[in-house]
Amino acid sequence: MTFKQYMKRAWPLYVMIAPGLIFVLLFRYYPMYGVVIAFQDFSPAKGFLNSPWVGWENFEFLFSLPEFNRILGNTLIIAIAKIVSDQIGAIILALLLNEARIILFRRTIQTLIYLPFFLSWIVLGGILLDILAPHGILNQAIGVFGAPPQLFLGSNSWFRGTMILSGFWKNVGFSTIIYLAALTAINPVLHEAAAIDGAGRFRRIWHITLPGIRPTIVLLAALSLGDVLEAGFEQILTLYSPAVYRTGDIIDTNVYRVGLVSAQYSLAGAVGLFKSFISFILIVLSYYLADRYAGYRIL
Amino acid sequence: MIRGNNWFSRSFDGFNYVFLTVFALLCLAPMVHIFAVSLSGRAPATAGYVSFWPIDFTLENYQEVMGSRIFLRSFIISVVRVLTGTSLNMVLIILTSYPLSKTPRVFKGRTVFIWFFVFAMLFNGGLIPTFLVVRNLGLLNTLGSLILPNAVPIFSMILMMNFFRDVPKELEESAVIDGASHWKVLWYIYLPLSLPAIATLTLLSAVNHWNAWFDGLIYMTDTANYPMQTFLRTVVVELDLTNVGIDPRDLQRLSDRAIRGAQIIVATVPILIVYPFLQRYFISGIKLGAVKE
Repeated sequence: MTFKQYMKRAWPLYVMIAPGLIFVLLFRYYPMYGVVIAFQDFSPAKGFLNSPWVGWENFEFLFSLPEFNRILGNTLIIAIAKIVSDQIGAIILALLLNEARIILFRRTIQTLIYLPFFLSWIVLGGILLDILAPHGILNQAIGVFGAPPQLFLGSNSWFRGTMILSGFWKNVGFSTIIYLAALTAINPVLHEAAAIDGAGRFRRIWHITLPGIRPTIVLLAALSLGDVLEAGFEQILTLYSPAVYRTGDIIDTNVYRVGLVSAQYSLAGAVGLFKSFISFILIVLSYYLADRYAGYRIL
Repeated sequence: MIRGNNWFSRSFDGFNYVFLTVFALLCLAPMVHIFAVSLSGRAPATAGYVSFWPIDFTLENYQEVMGSRIFLRSFIISVVRVLTGTSLNMVLIILTSYPLSKTPRVFKGRTVFIWFFVFAMLFNGGLIPTFLVVRNLGLLNTLGSLILPNAVPIFSMILMMNFFRDVPKELEESAVIDGASHWKVLWYIYLPLSLPAIATLTLLSAVNHWNAWFDGLIYMTDTANYPMQTFLRTVVVELDLTNVGIDPRDLQRLSDRAIRGAQIIVATVPILIVYPFLQRYFISGIKLGAVKE
Protein backbone atom coordinates (compact mmCIF):
# COMPACT_ATOMS: atom_id res chain seq x y z
CA MET A 1 0.00 0.00 0.00
CA THR A 2 1.48 3.31 -0.99
CA PHE A 3 1.51 6.33 1.27
CA LYS A 4 -1.10 7.97 -0.93
CA GLN A 5 -3.45 5.00 -0.69
CA TYR A 6 -2.94 4.87 3.08
CA MET A 7 -3.62 8.59 3.50
CA LYS A 8 -6.72 8.43 1.35
CA ARG A 9 -8.48 6.56 4.12
CA ALA A 10 -6.46 7.60 7.20
CA TRP A 11 -6.21 11.39 6.82
CA PRO A 12 -9.20 12.09 9.12
CA LEU A 13 -7.36 10.37 11.98
CA TYR A 14 -4.59 12.98 11.77
CA VAL A 15 -7.08 15.82 11.53
CA MET A 16 -8.84 14.48 14.63
CA ILE A 17 -5.73 14.25 16.75
CA ALA A 18 -4.29 17.61 15.66
CA PRO A 19 -6.23 19.93 18.01
CA GLY A 20 -5.39 17.75 21.03
CA LEU A 21 -1.73 17.68 20.02
CA ILE A 22 -1.60 21.45 19.70
CA PHE A 23 -3.16 22.04 23.12
CA VAL A 24 -0.85 19.57 24.83
CA LEU A 25 2.17 20.97 23.03
CA LEU A 26 1.29 24.50 24.02
CA PHE A 27 0.19 24.01 27.63
CA ARG A 28 2.12 20.92 28.73
CA TYR A 29 5.33 20.77 26.69
CA TYR A 30 6.05 24.46 26.27
CA PRO A 31 5.98 24.91 30.11
CA MET A 32 8.37 21.96 30.36
CA TYR A 33 10.80 24.08 28.40
CA GLY A 34 10.09 26.75 31.00
CA VAL A 35 11.81 24.66 33.67
CA VAL A 36 15.02 26.24 32.42
CA ILE A 37 14.21 29.15 34.75
CA ALA A 38 15.41 26.89 37.56
CA PHE A 39 18.90 27.17 36.06
CA GLN A 40 18.68 30.89 35.36
CA ASP A 41 18.46 34.12 37.23
CA PHE A 42 15.13 34.64 35.55
CA SER A 43 13.48 37.98 35.10
CA PRO A 44 10.18 38.24 33.22
CA ALA A 45 11.41 41.28 31.30
CA LYS A 46 14.25 39.29 29.73
CA GLY A 47 12.24 36.09 29.23
CA PHE A 48 13.34 32.46 28.98
CA LEU A 49 15.86 33.18 26.24
CA ASN A 50 17.80 36.15 27.56
CA SER A 51 17.95 35.60 31.32
CA PRO A 52 21.50 34.82 32.55
CA TRP A 53 22.38 31.19 33.26
CA VAL A 54 23.53 30.30 36.75
CA GLY A 55 23.90 26.51 36.60
CA TRP A 56 22.96 24.68 39.78
CA GLU A 57 23.14 27.79 41.95
CA ASN A 58 19.41 27.92 42.67
CA PHE A 59 19.44 24.30 43.76
CA GLU A 60 22.50 24.75 45.95
CA PHE A 61 20.84 27.72 47.61
CA LEU A 62 17.58 25.78 47.96
CA PHE A 63 19.15 22.71 49.58
CA SER A 64 21.05 24.91 52.01
CA LEU A 65 17.87 26.59 53.25
CA PRO A 66 16.71 25.25 56.62
CA GLU A 67 13.11 25.65 55.47
CA PHE A 68 13.68 23.20 52.63
CA ASN A 69 13.95 20.27 55.04
CA ARG A 70 10.89 21.58 56.83
CA ILE A 71 8.64 21.73 53.76
CA LEU A 72 9.87 18.37 52.50
CA GLY A 73 9.25 16.80 55.92
CA ASN A 74 5.79 18.35 56.23
CA THR A 75 4.88 17.18 52.75
CA LEU A 76 5.96 13.59 53.40
CA ILE A 77 4.39 13.35 56.86
CA ILE A 78 1.01 14.74 55.82
CA ALA A 79 0.87 12.85 52.52
CA ILE A 80 1.85 9.47 53.95
CA ALA A 81 -0.47 9.81 56.94
CA LYS A 82 -3.30 10.62 54.54
CA ILE A 83 -2.59 7.66 52.26
CA VAL A 84 -2.42 5.20 55.15
CA SER A 85 -5.51 6.47 57.00
CA ASP A 86 -7.51 6.73 53.79
CA GLN A 87 -6.73 3.18 52.66
CA ILE A 88 -7.24 1.54 56.04
CA GLY A 89 -10.43 3.52 56.62
CA ALA A 90 -11.72 2.58 53.17
CA ILE A 91 -11.07 -1.14 53.70
CA ILE A 92 -12.81 -1.16 57.09
CA LEU A 93 -15.78 0.84 55.80
CA ALA A 94 -16.14 -1.37 52.74
CA LEU A 95 -16.09 -4.51 54.90
CA LEU A 96 -18.68 -3.07 57.30
CA LEU A 97 -20.91 -1.87 54.45
CA ASN A 98 -20.62 -5.30 52.88
CA GLU A 99 -21.82 -6.91 56.11
CA ALA A 100 -24.88 -4.64 56.33
CA ARG A 101 -27.51 -6.68 54.54
CA ILE A 102 -30.30 -4.11 54.21
CA ILE A 103 -29.77 -2.71 50.72
CA LEU A 104 -31.63 0.56 51.32
CA PHE A 105 -29.56 1.22 54.45
CA ARG A 106 -26.35 0.56 52.56
CA ARG A 107 -27.27 2.85 49.70
CA THR A 108 -28.25 5.66 52.05
CA ILE A 109 -25.00 5.45 53.99
CA GLN A 110 -22.97 5.38 50.78
CA THR A 111 -24.80 8.40 49.39
CA LEU A 112 -24.03 10.38 52.54
CA ILE A 113 -20.36 9.49 52.80
CA TYR A 114 -19.52 10.11 49.13
CA LEU A 115 -20.87 13.65 49.15
CA PRO A 116 -17.84 15.59 50.51
CA PHE A 117 -15.72 14.17 47.69
CA PHE A 118 -17.65 16.21 45.13
CA LEU A 119 -17.35 19.53 46.98
CA SER A 120 -14.43 21.91 46.49
CA TRP A 121 -11.88 22.69 49.17
CA ILE A 122 -13.24 26.20 49.21
CA VAL A 123 -16.69 24.97 50.24
CA LEU A 124 -15.30 22.40 52.68
CA GLY A 125 -12.70 24.91 53.89
CA GLY A 126 -15.39 27.50 54.54
CA ILE A 127 -17.32 24.93 56.55
CA LEU A 128 -14.22 23.86 58.49
CA LEU A 129 -13.16 27.43 59.26
CA ASP A 130 -16.59 27.98 60.77
CA ILE A 131 -16.96 24.80 62.83
CA LEU A 132 -13.30 24.76 64.00
CA ALA A 133 -13.21 28.43 65.01
CA PRO A 134 -12.39 29.22 68.68
CA HIS A 135 -16.11 29.76 69.34
CA GLY A 136 -17.24 27.27 66.69
CA ILE A 137 -19.51 24.33 67.28
CA LEU A 138 -16.70 21.82 67.85
CA ASN A 139 -15.09 23.88 70.60
CA GLN A 140 -18.53 24.36 72.14
CA ALA A 141 -19.00 20.60 72.07
CA ILE A 142 -15.70 19.79 73.75
CA GLY A 143 -16.38 22.63 76.19
CA VAL A 144 -19.32 20.62 77.48
CA PHE A 145 -16.77 18.10 78.74
CA GLY A 146 -14.74 20.85 80.38
CA ALA A 147 -11.96 21.01 77.78
CA PRO A 148 -10.54 24.44 76.95
CA PRO A 149 -11.04 25.75 73.39
CA GLN A 150 -8.43 24.52 70.92
CA LEU A 151 -6.97 26.28 67.87
CA PHE A 152 -7.48 23.39 65.46
CA LEU A 153 -6.24 25.41 62.49
CA GLY A 154 -4.01 27.94 64.20
CA SER A 155 -1.73 25.86 66.39
CA ASN A 156 1.20 23.72 65.33
CA SER A 157 0.16 20.87 67.59
CA TRP A 158 -3.20 20.49 65.84
CA PHE A 159 -2.70 21.59 62.26
CA ARG A 160 -1.38 18.38 60.69
CA GLY A 161 -3.96 16.28 62.51
CA THR A 162 -6.72 18.57 61.28
CA MET A 163 -5.44 18.30 57.70
CA ILE A 164 -5.25 14.51 57.88
CA LEU A 165 -8.69 14.13 59.42
CA SER A 166 -10.40 16.61 57.09
CA GLY A 167 -8.69 14.94 54.12
CA PHE A 168 -10.10 11.67 55.40
CA TRP A 169 -13.55 13.25 55.60
CA LYS A 170 -13.43 14.37 51.97
CA ASN A 171 -11.93 11.26 50.43
CA VAL A 172 -12.62 8.13 52.42
CA GLY A 173 -16.18 7.56 51.25
CA PHE A 174 -15.09 7.66 47.68
CA SER A 175 -12.11 5.41 48.27
CA THR A 176 -14.46 2.70 49.53
CA ILE A 177 -16.04 2.44 46.06
CA ILE A 178 -13.17 0.50 44.57
CA TYR A 179 -13.11 -1.93 47.50
CA LEU A 180 -16.89 -2.38 47.34
CA ALA A 181 -16.55 -3.20 43.65
CA ALA A 182 -13.90 -5.80 44.48
CA LEU A 183 -16.11 -7.26 47.22
CA THR A 184 -19.09 -7.79 44.90
CA ALA A 185 -16.80 -9.78 42.61
CA ILE A 186 -16.21 -12.44 45.28
CA ASN A 187 -18.13 -15.60 44.44
CA PRO A 188 -20.88 -16.16 47.09
CA VAL A 189 -20.44 -19.91 46.65
CA LEU A 190 -17.18 -19.63 48.58
CA HIS A 191 -19.06 -18.18 51.54
CA GLU A 192 -21.73 -20.86 51.36
CA ALA A 193 -19.22 -23.69 51.19
CA ALA A 194 -17.28 -22.29 54.12
CA ALA A 195 -20.47 -21.87 56.14
CA ILE A 196 -21.43 -25.49 55.51
CA ASP A 197 -17.99 -26.50 56.73
CA GLY A 198 -18.77 -24.65 59.92
CA ALA A 199 -16.82 -21.45 59.42
CA GLY A 200 -18.27 -18.59 61.46
CA ARG A 201 -18.79 -15.10 60.19
CA PHE A 202 -15.42 -13.68 61.23
CA ARG A 203 -13.56 -16.69 59.92
CA ARG A 204 -15.23 -16.16 56.58
CA ILE A 205 -14.27 -12.47 56.55
CA TRP A 206 -10.69 -13.40 57.40
CA HIS A 207 -10.28 -16.33 55.04
CA ILE A 208 -12.52 -15.40 52.10
CA THR A 209 -13.38 -11.70 51.98
CA LEU A 210 -9.96 -10.29 52.82
CA PRO A 211 -7.99 -12.57 50.47
CA GLY A 212 -10.62 -11.73 47.84
CA ILE A 213 -9.75 -8.04 47.92
CA ARG A 214 -6.03 -8.57 48.38
CA PRO A 215 -5.19 -7.81 44.71
CA THR A 216 -7.06 -4.51 45.02
CA ILE A 217 -5.17 -3.64 48.21
CA VAL A 218 -1.86 -4.39 46.51
CA LEU A 219 -2.86 -2.36 43.46
CA LEU A 220 -3.88 0.72 45.43
CA ALA A 221 -0.80 0.47 47.64
CA ALA A 222 1.41 0.43 44.54
CA LEU A 223 -0.41 3.33 42.91
CA SER A 224 -0.35 5.40 46.10
CA LEU A 225 3.43 5.54 45.85
CA GLY A 226 2.91 8.19 43.20
CA ASP A 227 1.14 10.38 45.75
CA VAL A 228 3.71 10.64 48.54
CA LEU A 229 4.53 14.22 47.55
CA GLU A 230 0.85 15.18 47.18
CA ALA A 231 -0.04 16.46 50.62
CA GLY A 232 -3.13 18.34 49.43
CA PHE A 233 -2.25 21.73 47.93
CA GLU A 234 -5.76 23.16 47.61
CA GLN A 235 -6.71 22.04 51.10
CA ILE A 236 -3.65 23.48 52.83
CA LEU A 237 -3.63 26.70 50.82
CA THR A 238 -7.23 27.21 51.93
CA LEU A 239 -6.74 26.42 55.60
CA TYR A 240 -3.22 27.33 56.66
CA SER A 241 -1.86 30.62 58.02
CA PRO A 242 1.62 31.97 58.88
CA ALA A 243 1.19 30.69 62.45
CA VAL A 244 1.33 27.08 61.23
CA TYR A 245 4.01 27.31 58.51
CA ARG A 246 6.31 25.29 60.78
CA THR A 247 4.10 22.18 60.60
CA GLY A 248 1.84 22.90 57.65
CA ASP A 249 3.86 24.51 54.86
CA ILE A 250 4.33 21.98 52.05
CA ILE A 251 6.28 22.05 48.79
CA ASP A 252 3.35 23.24 46.68
CA THR A 253 2.27 26.05 48.99
CA ASN A 254 5.89 27.15 49.27
CA VAL A 255 6.27 27.31 45.48
CA TYR A 256 3.10 29.36 45.30
CA ARG A 257 4.23 31.87 47.92
CA VAL A 258 7.85 32.17 46.81
CA GLY A 259 7.04 32.23 43.10
CA LEU A 260 3.74 33.95 42.56
CA VAL A 261 3.35 36.04 45.69
CA SER A 262 6.94 37.25 46.12
CA ALA A 263 7.92 36.76 42.42
CA GLN A 264 11.19 34.86 43.05
CA TYR A 265 10.54 32.86 39.90
CA SER A 266 13.86 31.03 39.67
CA LEU A 267 13.89 29.79 43.26
CA ALA A 268 10.27 28.66 43.01
CA GLY A 269 11.02 27.10 39.65
CA ALA A 270 13.82 25.08 41.26
CA VAL A 271 11.53 23.83 44.02
CA GLY A 272 8.86 22.99 41.45
CA LEU A 273 11.30 21.15 39.21
CA PHE A 274 12.64 19.20 42.19
CA LYS A 275 9.11 18.06 42.96
CA SER A 276 8.14 17.31 39.34
CA PHE A 277 11.29 15.24 38.90
CA ILE A 278 10.85 13.15 42.06
CA SER A 279 7.12 12.75 41.37
CA PHE A 280 7.81 11.56 37.85
CA ILE A 281 10.16 8.85 39.10
CA LEU A 282 7.69 7.81 41.80
CA ILE A 283 4.74 7.62 39.40
CA VAL A 284 6.66 5.58 36.85
CA LEU A 285 7.80 3.27 39.65
CA SER A 286 4.24 2.97 40.98
CA TYR A 287 2.89 2.06 37.54
CA TYR A 288 5.65 -0.49 37.16
CA LEU A 289 4.84 -2.07 40.53
CA ALA A 290 1.11 -2.00 39.81
CA ASP A 291 1.72 -3.79 36.53
CA ARG A 292 4.16 -6.27 38.07
CA TYR A 293 2.16 -7.19 41.18
CA ALA A 294 -1.45 -6.47 40.29
CA GLY A 295 -1.60 -6.74 36.50
CA TYR A 296 -2.79 -3.14 36.17
CA ARG A 297 -2.17 -1.18 33.01
CA ILE A 298 -3.61 2.15 32.10
CA LEU A 299 -2.99 1.67 28.41
CA MET B 1 -26.47 -15.19 51.72
CA ILE B 2 -26.02 -17.18 54.83
CA ARG B 3 -26.06 -15.43 58.11
CA GLY B 4 -24.91 -16.38 61.55
CA ASN B 5 -27.57 -16.80 64.18
CA ASN B 6 -25.53 -16.81 67.34
CA TRP B 7 -25.72 -13.87 69.70
CA PHE B 8 -22.22 -12.71 68.82
CA SER B 9 -23.02 -12.39 65.16
CA ARG B 10 -26.30 -10.61 65.91
CA SER B 11 -24.71 -8.15 68.28
CA PHE B 12 -22.06 -7.46 65.64
CA ASP B 13 -24.90 -6.62 63.24
CA GLY B 14 -26.33 -4.24 65.78
CA PHE B 15 -22.97 -2.60 66.35
CA ASN B 16 -22.38 -2.37 62.61
CA TYR B 17 -25.67 -0.57 61.88
CA VAL B 18 -25.13 1.86 64.74
CA PHE B 19 -21.51 2.52 63.80
CA LEU B 20 -22.23 3.17 60.11
CA THR B 21 -25.17 5.42 60.97
CA VAL B 22 -23.10 7.48 63.40
CA PHE B 23 -20.21 7.70 60.93
CA ALA B 24 -22.45 8.88 58.09
CA LEU B 25 -24.14 11.44 60.34
CA LEU B 26 -20.73 12.75 61.43
CA CYS B 27 -19.76 13.17 57.78
CA LEU B 28 -22.94 15.12 57.16
CA ALA B 29 -23.12 17.10 60.40
CA PRO B 30 -20.81 19.99 59.40
CA MET B 31 -22.90 20.70 56.31
CA VAL B 32 -26.18 20.54 58.21
CA HIS B 33 -24.74 22.92 60.79
CA ILE B 34 -23.75 25.50 58.15
CA PHE B 35 -27.15 25.12 56.51
CA ALA B 36 -28.87 25.80 59.83
CA VAL B 37 -26.65 28.84 60.46
CA SER B 38 -27.42 30.20 56.99
CA LEU B 39 -31.13 30.19 57.83
CA SER B 40 -30.74 31.84 61.22
CA GLY B 41 -31.14 35.41 62.39
CA ARG B 42 -28.33 37.73 63.35
CA ALA B 43 -28.22 37.30 67.12
CA PRO B 44 -28.27 33.51 67.43
CA ALA B 45 -25.87 33.02 64.48
CA THR B 46 -23.32 35.50 65.81
CA ALA B 47 -23.54 34.25 69.36
CA GLY B 48 -23.10 30.65 68.23
CA TYR B 49 -26.39 29.32 69.59
CA VAL B 50 -27.31 27.50 66.40
CA SER B 51 -26.50 23.81 66.22
CA PHE B 52 -28.44 21.73 63.69
CA TRP B 53 -31.71 23.64 63.49
CA PRO B 54 -32.15 27.29 62.49
CA ILE B 55 -33.04 29.80 65.22
CA ASP B 56 -35.09 32.90 64.32
CA PHE B 57 -35.67 31.38 60.90
CA THR B 58 -35.08 33.82 58.05
CA LEU B 59 -34.41 33.73 54.32
CA GLU B 60 -32.88 37.19 54.37
CA ASN B 61 -29.31 35.86 54.22
CA TYR B 62 -30.10 34.22 50.90
CA GLN B 63 -31.88 37.34 49.62
CA GLU B 64 -28.79 39.32 50.51
CA VAL B 65 -26.45 36.89 48.72
CA MET B 66 -28.59 36.62 45.61
CA GLY B 67 -29.02 40.39 45.57
CA SER B 68 -25.26 40.98 45.44
CA ARG B 69 -24.26 41.84 41.89
CA ILE B 70 -20.66 40.73 42.40
CA PHE B 71 -21.80 37.36 43.66
CA LEU B 72 -24.20 36.90 40.76
CA ARG B 73 -21.53 37.92 38.27
CA SER B 74 -19.09 35.32 39.61
CA PHE B 75 -21.89 32.76 39.51
CA ILE B 76 -22.53 33.55 35.83
CA ILE B 77 -18.80 33.41 35.03
CA SER B 78 -18.71 29.94 36.57
CA VAL B 79 -21.76 28.79 34.61
CA VAL B 80 -20.23 30.03 31.34
CA ARG B 81 -16.97 28.34 32.30
CA VAL B 82 -18.68 25.01 32.98
CA LEU B 83 -20.61 25.11 29.68
CA THR B 84 -17.72 26.12 27.43
CA GLY B 85 -14.99 24.25 29.31
CA THR B 86 -16.92 20.99 29.47
CA SER B 87 -17.89 21.16 25.78
CA LEU B 88 -14.29 21.82 24.78
CA ASN B 89 -13.06 18.98 27.02
CA MET B 90 -15.53 16.49 25.56
CA VAL B 91 -14.92 17.41 21.91
CA LEU B 92 -11.17 17.07 22.39
CA ILE B 93 -11.41 13.89 24.46
CA ILE B 94 -13.52 12.20 21.78
CA LEU B 95 -11.52 13.47 18.80
CA THR B 96 -8.19 12.55 20.38
CA SER B 97 -9.13 9.16 21.76
CA TYR B 98 -10.68 7.87 18.53
CA PRO B 99 -7.45 7.72 16.48
CA LEU B 100 -5.52 6.48 19.52
CA SER B 101 -7.94 3.57 19.95
CA LYS B 102 -6.84 2.23 16.55
CA THR B 103 -4.02 -0.23 16.00
CA PRO B 104 -0.66 1.15 14.76
CA ARG B 105 -1.42 -0.53 11.44
CA VAL B 106 -4.58 1.50 10.91
CA PHE B 107 -3.16 4.66 12.49
CA LYS B 108 0.53 4.94 11.74
CA GLY B 109 2.45 6.73 14.47
CA ARG B 110 -0.01 5.71 17.16
CA THR B 111 2.76 4.53 19.49
CA VAL B 112 4.57 7.84 19.30
CA PHE B 113 1.38 9.81 19.82
CA ILE B 114 0.25 7.80 22.83
CA TRP B 115 3.60 8.28 24.59
CA PHE B 116 3.47 11.95 23.72
CA PHE B 117 0.25 12.19 25.77
CA VAL B 118 1.27 9.82 28.56
CA PHE B 119 4.52 11.66 29.17
CA ALA B 120 2.64 14.95 29.35
CA MET B 121 0.38 13.38 31.98
CA LEU B 122 3.26 12.10 34.13
CA PHE B 123 5.61 15.04 34.00
CA ASN B 124 4.74 18.69 34.17
CA GLY B 125 6.69 21.90 34.09
CA GLY B 126 5.19 22.98 37.37
CA LEU B 127 3.22 25.96 38.53
CA ILE B 128 5.58 28.81 37.70
CA PRO B 129 6.49 27.90 34.08
CA THR B 130 2.83 27.15 33.32
CA PHE B 131 1.80 30.49 34.75
CA LEU B 132 4.43 32.29 32.67
CA VAL B 133 3.26 30.55 29.48
CA VAL B 134 -0.37 31.46 30.09
CA ARG B 135 0.68 35.03 30.77
CA ASN B 136 2.90 35.23 27.68
CA LEU B 137 0.01 34.05 25.53
CA GLY B 138 -1.97 37.03 26.75
CA LEU B 139 -4.60 34.90 28.43
CA LEU B 140 -4.61 36.57 31.85
CA ASN B 141 -8.08 37.83 32.77
CA THR B 142 -9.77 35.89 29.99
CA LEU B 143 -12.04 32.87 30.04
CA GLY B 144 -9.35 31.15 27.96
CA SER B 145 -6.99 30.96 30.92
CA LEU B 146 -9.57 28.83 32.74
CA ILE B 147 -10.51 26.42 29.96
CA LEU B 148 -7.53 26.18 27.59
CA PRO B 149 -4.61 24.97 29.77
CA ASN B 150 -6.42 21.76 30.66
CA ALA B 151 -8.44 21.47 27.45
CA VAL B 152 -7.30 17.84 27.03
CA PRO B 153 -7.68 16.00 30.37
CA ILE B 154 -5.30 13.19 29.53
CA PHE B 155 -6.44 10.64 32.08
CA SER B 156 -10.06 11.01 30.93
CA MET B 157 -8.89 10.66 27.36
CA ILE B 158 -7.19 7.37 28.22
CA LEU B 159 -10.40 6.08 29.84
CA MET B 160 -12.32 7.04 26.71
CA MET B 161 -9.74 5.37 24.50
CA ASN B 162 -10.02 2.14 26.51
CA PHE B 163 -13.79 2.32 26.15
CA PHE B 164 -13.53 2.84 22.37
CA ARG B 165 -11.27 -0.18 22.11
CA ASP B 166 -14.07 -2.40 23.42
CA VAL B 167 -16.45 -1.41 20.62
CA PRO B 168 -17.04 -4.59 18.57
CA LYS B 169 -14.84 -4.53 15.50
CA GLU B 170 -17.44 -6.30 13.29
CA LEU B 171 -19.72 -3.26 13.37
CA GLU B 172 -16.95 -1.01 12.16
CA GLU B 173 -15.79 -3.42 9.48
CA SER B 174 -19.22 -3.79 7.93
CA ALA B 175 -19.64 0.00 7.88
CA VAL B 176 -16.24 0.41 6.23
CA ILE B 177 -17.21 -2.10 3.56
CA ASP B 178 -20.24 0.06 2.89
CA GLY B 179 -17.88 2.95 2.31
CA ALA B 180 -18.11 4.82 5.64
CA SER B 181 -15.26 7.23 6.44
CA HIS B 182 -13.65 7.51 9.88
CA TRP B 183 -15.89 10.52 10.57
CA LYS B 184 -19.01 8.45 9.92
CA VAL B 185 -17.71 5.48 11.91
CA LEU B 186 -17.01 7.75 14.90
CA TRP B 187 -20.36 9.53 14.65
CA TYR B 188 -22.71 6.64 13.87
CA ILE B 189 -21.01 3.70 15.60
CA TYR B 190 -18.60 4.75 18.35
CA LEU B 191 -20.54 7.64 19.87
CA PRO B 192 -23.93 5.88 20.28
CA LEU B 193 -22.20 2.88 21.85
CA SER B 194 -20.17 5.00 24.26
CA LEU B 195 -22.91 7.06 25.87
CA PRO B 196 -22.29 5.77 29.43
CA ALA B 197 -18.61 6.69 29.23
CA ILE B 198 -19.44 10.06 27.67
CA ALA B 199 -21.97 10.80 30.42
CA THR B 200 -19.45 9.90 33.11
CA LEU B 201 -16.65 12.00 31.69
CA THR B 202 -18.97 14.95 31.00
CA LEU B 203 -20.09 14.99 34.64
CA LEU B 204 -16.52 14.65 35.85
CA SER B 205 -15.40 17.53 33.66
CA ALA B 206 -18.33 19.74 34.68
CA VAL B 207 -17.76 19.13 38.40
CA ASN B 208 -14.06 19.87 38.00
CA HIS B 209 -14.79 23.14 36.24
CA TRP B 210 -17.37 24.14 38.80
CA ASN B 211 -15.08 23.37 41.73
CA ALA B 212 -11.88 24.84 40.31
CA TRP B 213 -10.68 28.00 42.03
CA PHE B 214 -6.89 28.08 42.06
CA ASP B 215 -6.55 28.90 38.35
CA GLY B 216 -8.99 31.76 38.85
CA LEU B 217 -6.86 33.03 41.71
CA ILE B 218 -3.62 33.15 39.74
CA TYR B 219 -4.85 33.95 36.22
CA MET B 220 -7.43 36.59 37.09
CA THR B 221 -5.55 39.62 38.27
CA ASP B 222 -8.77 41.64 38.23
CA THR B 223 -11.03 40.28 40.98
CA ALA B 224 -14.09 41.26 38.92
CA ASN B 225 -13.28 38.26 36.69
CA TYR B 226 -13.24 35.73 39.51
CA PRO B 227 -15.31 32.61 38.98
CA MET B 228 -17.60 31.71 41.85
CA GLN B 229 -15.33 29.43 43.88
CA THR B 230 -12.44 31.89 43.69
CA PHE B 231 -14.76 34.68 44.72
CA LEU B 232 -16.03 32.52 47.56
CA ARG B 233 -12.46 32.14 48.75
CA THR B 234 -12.11 35.86 49.39
CA VAL B 235 -15.31 35.76 51.42
CA VAL B 236 -15.13 32.57 53.44
CA VAL B 237 -11.38 32.06 53.72
CA GLU B 238 -9.95 35.55 53.78
CA LEU B 239 -13.07 36.74 55.61
CA ASP B 240 -13.13 39.85 53.48
CA LEU B 241 -16.65 41.23 53.31
CA THR B 242 -15.69 44.76 52.33
CA ASN B 243 -15.53 44.27 48.61
CA VAL B 244 -18.23 41.73 47.93
CA GLY B 245 -21.26 43.88 47.27
CA ILE B 246 -22.93 43.46 50.64
CA ASP B 247 -24.46 46.67 51.89
CA PRO B 248 -22.76 47.48 55.24
CA ARG B 249 -26.10 48.65 56.59
CA ASP B 250 -27.50 45.17 56.05
CA LEU B 251 -24.77 43.75 58.28
CA GLN B 252 -26.41 45.48 61.22
CA ARG B 253 -29.43 43.34 60.58
CA LEU B 254 -27.74 40.13 59.47
CA SER B 255 -24.86 38.03 60.70
CA ASP B 256 -21.82 37.92 58.43
CA ARG B 257 -21.38 34.34 59.54
CA ALA B 258 -24.87 33.45 58.29
CA ILE B 259 -24.24 35.24 54.99
CA ARG B 260 -21.05 33.24 54.47
CA GLY B 261 -23.05 30.12 55.24
CA ALA B 262 -25.63 31.07 52.63
CA GLN B 263 -22.89 31.63 50.05
CA ILE B 264 -21.40 28.23 50.80
CA ILE B 265 -24.79 26.59 50.38
CA VAL B 266 -25.52 28.39 47.10
CA ALA B 267 -22.16 27.22 45.73
CA THR B 268 -23.05 23.66 46.72
CA VAL B 269 -26.56 23.50 45.25
CA PRO B 270 -25.48 22.82 41.64
CA ILE B 271 -23.45 19.83 42.84
CA LEU B 272 -26.42 18.54 44.82
CA ILE B 273 -28.63 18.83 41.72
CA VAL B 274 -26.36 16.62 39.61
CA TYR B 275 -25.41 14.40 42.55
CA PRO B 276 -27.87 11.57 41.81
CA PHE B 277 -26.48 11.29 38.27
CA LEU B 278 -22.94 11.68 39.51
CA GLN B 279 -23.38 8.77 41.85
CA ARG B 280 -24.89 6.47 39.27
CA TYR B 281 -22.55 7.09 36.34
CA PHE B 282 -19.44 8.15 38.10
CA ILE B 283 -19.24 5.12 40.28
CA SER B 284 -19.53 2.71 37.38
CA GLY B 285 -17.04 4.88 35.48
CA ILE B 286 -14.54 4.77 38.33
CA LYS B 287 -14.81 1.02 38.54
CA LEU B 288 -14.23 0.87 34.83
CA GLY B 289 -11.08 2.96 35.05
CA ALA B 290 -9.73 1.50 38.23
CA VAL B 291 -9.98 -2.21 37.69
CA LYS B 292 -9.50 -2.31 33.96
CA GLU B 293 -6.86 -4.88 33.18
